[in-house]
This record gives sequence, structure tokens and C-alpha cells, in this order.
Amino acid sequence: MSLREIMSKTLSEWMKGTGPESDIVISSRVRLARNLEGIPFPGVAGEEQLKTVVEKTKEAAARQPLLAGADYIRLVELPVLERQLLVEKHLISPQHTKDVKYKAVVVRDDEALSIMVNEEDHLRFQALYPGLQPEEAWRLCSRIDEGFASLLPYAVSPDIGYLTACPTNVGTGMRASIMIHLPALTMADQMKRLINAVAQVGLVVRGIYGEGTEVLGNIFQISNQVTLGRTEDEIIQHLLSITRQIIDQERQARRRILQQNKVRLEDKIFRSLGLLTNARIMSSQEAMQLISDVRLGIDMKLISGLEPRILQELLVMIRPAHLQKLMGHEMEAPERDIMRATLIRERMKPHPAK
Amino acid sequence: MCDKCGQRPATIIFKLMENNKKTEIHLCEECAKSQSELNFLHEPLFTFHDILAGLFEPGGLLTGSPMPQVKVKQHCPNCGLTFSDFRRLGQLGCGECYKTFAAQLLPIIRRIHGSTKHTGHLPGELAAAGLSRRLEDLRQKLREAIAQEAYERAAEIRDQIKALEAEAGAKKQ
Repeated sequence: MSLREIMSKTLSEWMKGTGPESDIVISSRVRLARNLEGIPFPGVAGEEQLKTVVEKTKEAAARQPLLAGADYIRLVELPVLERQLLVEKHLISPQHTKDVKYKAVVVRDDEALSIMVNEEDHLRFQALYPGLQPEEAWRLCSRIDEGFASLLPYAVSPDIGYLTACPTNVGTGMRASIMIHLPALTMADQMKRLINAVAQVGLVVRGIYGEGTEVLGNIFQISNQVTLGRTEDEIIQHLLSITRQIIDQERQARRRILQQNKVRLEDKIFRSLGLLTNARIMSSQEAMQLISDVRLGIDMKLISGLEPRILQELLVMIRPAHLQKLMGHEMEAPERDIMRATLIRERMKPHPAK
Repeated sequence: MCDKCGQRPATIIFKLMENNKKTEIHLCEECAKSQSELNFLHEPLFTFHDILAGLFEPGGLLTGSPMPQVKVKQHCPNCGLTFSDFRRLGQLGCGECYKTFAAQLLPIIRRIHGSTKHTGHLPGELAAAGLSRRLEDLRQKLREAIAQEAYERAAEIRDQIKALEAEAGAKKQ
């Protein structure tokens, strides 16, 4: 499939709401940072050197069975809106849309596997799976990494591992993260405690405005902080076991709220549903909070007739580039807010609540 | 006035709590909106650069530790980066920089990761070398544990050695 088809596809595999623990875990991602031996990292490299990286990685990508049929796309060839679409689909970083001259991207048609070329490091492999599947994501990432390693010598030291532009990534070069929906723990005012606890075991929980602040749509990301001194398997198993404990706590918090405050919870959820199905102007921020409430209502069987995956779908679809792509023209924020409200009403219409 | 555009009056205030330090960001409605739309990402918001700057600040984590004297004009022979470039950019220039600035970098790496020894995956021929190096480290730890009569720890280390030896055997086949 070409990148053009990927662009026109609104629903990515990971948004389909499948995968283990998908009632709480949205996605699992593993990213590996690699650099080519002898060539300066992208932040310092000259034009000729960046060009060499593009040529070498393009050739290596063409020889990967795992990437059969995937296009190697130079970012300069993409209109600004389409670059933004890739960011919203979590396939490239916001940083990768700036100074694009020698940047490139490879995306497999199922979007589970992608590569950024000349971002902060020469190569950033990414595997993105729905639900709680960090082991699967790591295995896929590791296979594409080995496919490249057999063709391109990496910058690596037997003592400190894979060498990266930033020393925070040195060693395994691996960052594994779990995107997780924690509305009940947020309502119970437990997130601060949880963030502190998790920090003590070498993991980071991030919200939208930085650590310790409230998060858009009650969606958090948990990832490993340390990349050196532990094996990849140890990092993944550690992340997995802590995530399982957090899932367990979220489930307990949901039960407690249901027992102690059912009417208040229902009131909150149905007010949110009312706003989503009736409002005419909606910011991303407001929409995310309301969608989170409704998703909680679905998960707790308080709302019927709506599929749980609306959270994942709308999470991406209501974002600026996707809205503009859907409408086929550019829009300023006030117009987007109107279109967003319309889109959400449409999306919820075929399945009216009881 | 809005901190971002500096043109419209600020109507929205974001309060951030980080490390018990309160920061306020004043934004106008328009900038606040574009801010919130940019943000449901996997990417971290603060960069290593910020952290690094914090480490070097007076009272930062690295000021108390014995930092080796940095030769002011030491350049990486491969890419030309200096250590002060690294402090400014928050990034190294190439793989060679790790060797050039090893003395200055290792304390930073230890601060970040609590370790300066890679134990994970390595490509191809390095993998075998890496494995035997890890085995050597573990055997040394085993000798130390036995010398200290820490038999429980020794047993754990022995199991790790066995697992690694099995791994090495599997790779050879």
C-alpha cells in the first residue's frame, strides 16, 4: 500500500480497539534509536552526510521483507497537512516535521511498523500495537533492527551499547511506552500518588502539560526512563508488570466509584454524552474529557449502544489535520471547533443511547 | 499579555507543578487552543536539554559530584564537537564523541541510568563479545559474593551465569 492510501485511511489498526486489556490500554509502542557508524548524528551532520544516510537507509529499506510494498517517503515531498496527519497517527514525531530537507519516513500498510530517518538519530524504528502488547511490539522492532543491522554497520560500543545523539537513549536505544486510559484513578485523585510511585521504579508517567498536571482525556503514557544497564526483555517485563498493577488499581477504583457514588457517576457520564450529542462548538480539550467520560460509561456498562472504540477513533479523528483532511480544506481553530462538534454528533448518531 | 504571541491579552493561566516548583504560563484564548490541540502525543514534553541544563545549574545534581576538569578546547576528532557544544545542544555529535568525552560523559550517564554498562542486545559479531564480557563480569561478582559469604546472592548470580551460558550455546548452534 502506498503512503497516499495510508493517509486516506482514517482508522489505523491500533485504533480498532482490539488487543489485550483494550478496555484500559489504548496502545503499546516500542521505539529503537540507531545510528550509522562513522557518520555524525543528524543534528550535527552536514548536507552531504545526511544525503548519504538517506541513500543508505533507502537501499536497506528496499531489501527488508518486513517492509514489502511500503514506500520510502522524503518529508519534503509531503504537503504540510499530510506531515501533520502522520504526527496525529503517531507515526512520526512533531520534531520530524521541521527542517525536513533530509528527513524521510517508511510506514508499513498496517501502520504497526514505521521508521523515521534523520530525526534526532539516523534511524528510529517504531512498532505500534493496539492494547497491552509491548512484547510483540519489541519482537517486531527487533526483527526490523536486525534486518538493517545486517546491511548497515551501526554506531555501537560493547560497553555502553548503541550510541545515540542524546545520552538518555544510549545502551538499548529502546523506549517502550503504554498509552493508558485512567479515568477512575483520576476521579479518585490518585494520579499524583501513582506518578510518584512509578517514578521510584524507573518509569515515567506523562500527562499533557508535564508531570503532575491533569491530562487531556485522562490518557497517560507510561514509559521506561532507563535505557542502559538492563536488557530489553527486563525493561519490557518491568513495564508490563507495573502496567498490570496500574490496570488492576484502575479496575478497583472503577468498582469503588460504582459502589459509593453510582448516581453521581451516571450524572457525569450522561451529562457528557448529552454535550457530545448536542453541542455545536467543541474544542479538542473539551471533547477529549467528554469522550473519556462516555468511554468509561461504556466500559462500566452504564451506556449501551456505543462501541468502546469511539475513544480511539475520535482521539485521532477530531485532531486538526484529520479534521481538515476529512473536510478537504484548511480551517482556522474556530471553524475546526464547529466541524469537530458536527463530526462527533455524526459519529454518535447511528447508535443513539437508551 | 500572552506569553506565546505577546499580542493578545492573556485570559487563560496554566499552572504547572514540577519538582515542587510552580510555573505559570499565561496564554490568550487562541494560543491556548492551539496549545491543547498539539498535545495528545507519545512524545515527552520536557527535553533532555532541559534536564541537562538543570544538572549543571548551581545546586543541580552534578554540581556537587566530582566533575572531571574539562579541557576547554577539546574537539571530537570525527565531528568537531566540543563539550560545551554538547552542553549547549544537549546532544552529542557522533559515536566517536562517546570516546572523546568519556571522562565527562560517564558521570552524566551514570546519573541518568544508574549504570554505565550495557547488558542488552548487540548486533552480530559484537553480540558474542558482549556475552563473554557479561559472563566475565558475573564471574567476578560471584567470586566477590563468595568471598563475602553472601551465599544467597552468589546463588542468584550463579543462575544468571547458567542462563547466559545457555544463551551463548544456543547462539553458536
